[in-house]
Amino acid sequence: MLKFEVVIVGAGPAGLAAAYTLAKAGVEVAVFERGDHPGAKNLMGGVLYRQPTEEVLPGFYREAPLERPVVEQRLWILTEDDALTLGYRSRAFAGEPYNAFTVFRSRFDRWFGQKVVEAGALLITETVVEDLLWENGRVVGVRTGRPQGDVRAEAVILAEGVNSLLTQKAGLKKGGLQTHELAVAVKEVLALPKEKIEDRFGLEEGQGCTIELLGEATLGMMGVGFIYTNKDTLSVGVGVLLSHLVRRRLNPNDVLEHLKNHPSVRKFLAGAQPKEYLAHLIPEGGFRSIPKLYGPGLLVAGDAAMLVNGIHREGSNLALISGKLAAETLLEVRTRGGYHEKNLSRYREKLEKSFVLQDLRKYQNTSLFFNENPQFFTLYPRLLSLAAREFLTVDSVPKREKQRKIWQIITSHRSRWKLAQDLFRLWRVLG
Amino acid sequence: MHFVVCVKQVPDTTEVRVDPVTKTLVREGVPSIINPYDAHAVEEAVRLKERYGGKVTAISMGPPQAEEVLRRALAIGADRAILLTDRTFAGSDTLATSYILAQAIRRLDREEPVTLVLCGKQAIDGDTGQVGPGIATRLGFTPLTYVLAVEEIDIEAGEIKVQRKLEDARQVVCGKLPALLTVVKEINELRYAALPDLVRAARTRPERWTAADLEVDPGRTGLKGSPTSVRRIFAPPQRPGGEMIPGGTEDPARAASLLVDKLLKTKLIADL
Repeated sequence: MLKFEVVIVGAGPAGLAAAYTLAKAGVEVAVFERGDHPGAKNLMGGVLYRQPTEEVLPGFYREAPLERPVVEQRLWILTEDDALTLGYRSRAFAGEPYNAFTVFRSRFDRWFGQKVVEAGALLITETVVEDLLWENGRVVGVRTGRPQGDVRAEAVILAEGVNSLLTQKAGLKKGGLQTHELAVAVKEVLALPKEKIEDRFGLEEGQGCTIELLGEATLGMMGVGFIYTNKDTLSVGVGVLLSHLVRRRLNPNDVLEHLKNHPSVRKFLAGAQPKEYLAHLIPEGGFRSIPKLYGPGLLVAGDAAMLVNGIHREGSNLALISGKLAAETLLEVRTRGGYHEKNLSRYREKLEKSFVLQDLRKYQNTSLFFNENPQFFTLYPRLLSLAAREFLTVDSVPKREKQRKIWQIITSHRSRWKLAQDLFRLWRVLG
Repeated sequence: MHFVVCVKQVPDTTEVRVDPVTKTLVREGVPSIINPYDAHAVEEAVRLKERYGGKVTAISMGPPQAEEVLRRALAIGADRAILLTDRTFAGSDTLATSYILAQAIRRLDREEPVTLVLCGKQAIDGDTGQVGPGIATRLGFTPLTYVLAVEEIDIEAGEIKVQRKLEDARQVVCGKLPALLTVVKEINELRYAALPDLVRAARTRPERWTAADLEVDPGRTGLKGSPTSVRRIFAPPQRPGGEMIPGGTEDPARAASLLVDKLLKTKLIADL
C-alpha cells in the first residue's frame, strides 16, 4: 500500500498552504484533489489579500497570476431605484506592498499547486478521497475512489472545502451542515475590454476596484452582491444565506439577474459578454458552526472548518493561515510524541492566538443576529436612501425643517425605541 | 513487442483564441491537455501490452511543459516517457514534426525493435491528421489510419489485422508489421487509472532528448524545415437559422397549411 507521512485532502488554499509548509520542511506529503487541477472546483471571484498570502508564499505577487491590485473598495446600499454609495481609495494600495488583488482562483491555485510540487509534495488530481482509514481509534490513512486506492498516513489534514463530508463522517461536525450556516454564491464572469473597465470604474491602467452591494442587491435577504474588476473581465455575483433563499423560494440566478438589471448597476455591465457561470457554497455560520478542529491523527482547515469571516469578506486568508498552522502543528509534534489527539489540540490553541479565531469569536453572534433582524437588509437601506434623497433634494425648504422631515420619515417606519435597540444591538454584535 | 505512442500537448479548445495578426493560435495562458485522440492511442497501446506482453514508450515533441501530457501517458500505463525538446524544434509544421518524431522512433527502434507506432487520428488544435502518416512514410511502416479496433497481431506472420472507420462502413485490413496506427476515439474507453500508477507518473520526470540526441538535420526542423504557412484563418460563415412556424399547438391545421404554402413556394413540393 502507498504510504506517506501526511495526506492532505483538497488542494485549495488551506490544503496547499499546509502542503507547502510541510514539504518545505522535508515531510513526505501527498495532496489529493478531486478537480482536474487545483482551483478547478473553486468559485471565489475573488479578492486575495497580500499579507496573509505572503505568510505562506513570500513575494508571491511578483510571479503569481493575479488580475488587478485593489486600490478602491466601494459599498453600495441599494433600494429599488436608488444607490447610496461609500468608498475608500488609496494610492498606498496601488503599489508595493499592496493590500489585495483580484484573482481567478482557478489560475492562482493552479500556480500555487506548481509551487507545492516544486517544494517536494506529491499532488494527485482527479482523485476523490471517499473515506478515512481508522485503526485502533485513530486515523491511519485515506481511501480514494481509484483502483488500489488506499493510502496510509500518520496524519491527515482535511481541507476538503465547505461540503465537508469527511469531517462530518469523522464525527467532528455533529448534526451536519444546516441551511442557516451556508450561503450560496453565484457568479458570472463577463468579458469587457480593459480600457472600458478602467473608464467605467475610474481606474488607472492596471488598477482594480471592488464594489459590495447590500439591500435590494439581495432582494433584502441576508447576503451581499459584488462586482470585481479583473484584467479584461468583471466578476459579478451575489451570495445569499441559503435558509433565506429557501424561505423565499428564490433561485439565486434570479437574484443575480435582478442585481444586474438594477438601474445603478446596469450601465457598468452594458455590452459585457458572459464567459463563465459559477456557483458555490460558502460557510457563513461563523464561530458557532466551527467543527471540532482535531482528532486522533486528524486536523481540519479552511472552509471544511467553517473558517470564513462573512462580515469582512475574508475566507481565503483564513484558509491559508489555518492550513499553515495545521502544518506547523504537525511539524512541532512529530518529534514530540507524535500525532495523537492531545498533541494535535495545539492546533486549536494556535488558531485561538491568531486573528482567525479571534475575529470569528468577535463576530460569533452576527449570523444569528442578522437572521433574526432582517430589517438591516430591508428597512434600513430604504430609510437611508429616503433620508439621502430628502437631504439632497434642493427645494427651498429650510435645512432644519428638512432634518425634521427626515427624522419623521425614519420614526414613522421604526419607533425611536426600536431604532435605539437596533443600533445598540448592532454595535454589540459588530463592535 | 514494443509499442511507441506519440502524444501531443494541445490547448484546451474551450478557451482557444486566434491571434488577429499572425493568424495562429494564442497558446499563452491557455491550459494544456493531452490531445484526446492520443489518450486513446496510449490506452490502446497499454491494452495491447496487456494482451501480448511487451513495453509501451510514450514520446512527445514540445516545450518543457509538455511533460504533463507524458505524465498522463505514464498514469494510463506507459512504461517509459521521453520528451523531445529543443529550442530549434519550435515552429515545426507537420513535415518537420513528423521528421523529428521519426528520428526519435528510429533511435528507439535501435534500442529495442518497434512493433507498432500508435497516434491519435489528428490533433484537436491543428486538425491536419498528417503527422501520423508522415512518420509511417519516413520509417517505411505500414500506415493504417482511423483504426477502430485491433483485431489481431500475429508476430509470427509479421501481420496486424485492424478495423478502419469509414464514413458509413467498417473496413477490415491486414498489414505488414511494423505498422503505424492512427486511432479514433471509439477504439476504447479510457481507464480510470489505479492510484499507484498515478503516483508513479507524478513522481517520474520524463527523459529529455534534444536535437543532438536525435541526429537531426537542423535544416529540416523548426521554422527552417517548415514550408507550411497559414495564409488566412477565419470562422466559417454562420448558416442562416431555420424558420419556425408558430401556432402548432393552438391551431395545428392553420400551421400545417402555412407550412405547405411555404414549401410550395420553395418548390420543394408541388401541388399536382
